[in-house]
Amino acid sequence: MPQLDISTFPSQIFWLVITFIAMFLIMWRISVPKIADALEARQKRISDNLGRAEDIKKEAEAAIEAYEAALAEARAEAQTAVAEASAALLEEQHAREAELAETLKKRVAESEAGIAAAVNEAVQSIRDVAAEVAIAATERLAGEAPGGDDATRAVDAVIKARG
Amino acid sequence: MAAGQSPLAQFEIKTLIPMQLGNIDVSFTNSSTFMVLTVLTTSLFLILGMRRSQLVPGRWQSMAELSYIFIANLVRDTVGSQGRPYFPFIFTIFMFVLVGNMWGMIPYSFTFTSHIVVTFAMAGVIFVGVTIIGIVKHKLHFLTIFMPPGVPMYMAPLLIPIEIISYLSRPISLSVRLFANMLAGHTLLKVFAGFVISLGIAAGWLPLLFIVALTGLEIVIAFLQAFVFAILTCLYLNDALHLH
Repeated sequence: MPQLDISTFPSQIFWLVITFIAMFLIMWRISVPKIADALEARQKRISDNLGRAEDIKKEAEAAIEAYEAALAEARAEAQTAVAEASAALLEEQHAREAELAETLKKRVAESEAGIAAAVNEAVQSIRDVAAEVAIAATERLAGEAPGGDDATRAVDAVIKARG
Repeated sequence: MAAGQSPLAQFEIKTLIPMQLGNIDVSFTNSSTFMVLTVLTTSLFLILGMRRSQLVPGRWQSMAELSYIFIANLVRDTVGSQGRPYFPFIFTIFMFVLVGNMWGMIPYSFTFTSHIVVTFAMAGVIFVGVTIIGIVKHKLHFLTIFMPPGVPMYMAPLLIPIEIISYLSRPISLSVRLFANMLAGHTLLKVFAGFVISLGIAAGWLPLLFIVALTGLEIVIAFLQAFVFAILTCLYLNDALHLH
């Protein structure tokens, strides 16, 4: 059995020691650190990305909150604006109504004054005409014209009596 | 292989370059060749695989990382965080034995782990190293490793010798396990290869099929024995660091 040939032992142990130490040094100094670095870098990258995703999520949530706050504020503003506008409109309407009422009243007064003047004028002209008619009738009947004042006075008295 | 040649002929050490160190013969042999090949292939596999270290690893880088993670998990699970400083050594042991066994699976190659002197030298270094670590860490308290806690004192005269024997037999069991597995597997392959020749075309395909199946099994064993070697190293280290 070749395994029991003691003469080969020194050579086998000698080369085992050399090759094993060489391999150990290569593993210890080069390969293990290299692989460990690669694994660590990957782990770090993954956790970094997870952290960043978390940050972005938080940012997005904050943005949504801010947006909602702005929306609520805008809504409140709009409501006050609408209320203000309707109040202003209402006020204006009242003002206009008041103005219109004033104008109408003035016009009514003017019209009434005009009507009164016209009535007065008409009464005046009727009196004149009645006085002339009375003079002319008296002249025909009596053959004599009454004095200018008498007829007029008489007509006035009649108008006054009739209302 | 010619029929009639011993199945053990494959384990012969053949001197390739004669060398002397004083009176000692340290010739470069076929065994040395495969040790050097093991160092070269393992180093190239790991260094070239990690040459362009990428965030998303390719196949080669994945394999290199996987071998690292495999042993890192093994050390963490059996020894714990205190085993971290010893990781490069255990990783080297595992890769050295694994790649050496795998080189041996190639026909006409040589399996240096099939020699008891090689496996015993490795097991001896592990045994001595682990014992030194234990003594340095625990001083005289290390001797309690031979007296498990919670055992009544009157059992001590019986138990301590048993524990000492079991402790001292560790390097033997560790080295013989690997050596015997490699020896038996390769011998069996060679014996059945001899049957193929002697049975000829008529019935020779039967042992040939068996060889094919056995080669698959041997590859599994080659991996398994490297794993067992590494895990036992971890367990011994754990005992030395934590005393049971």
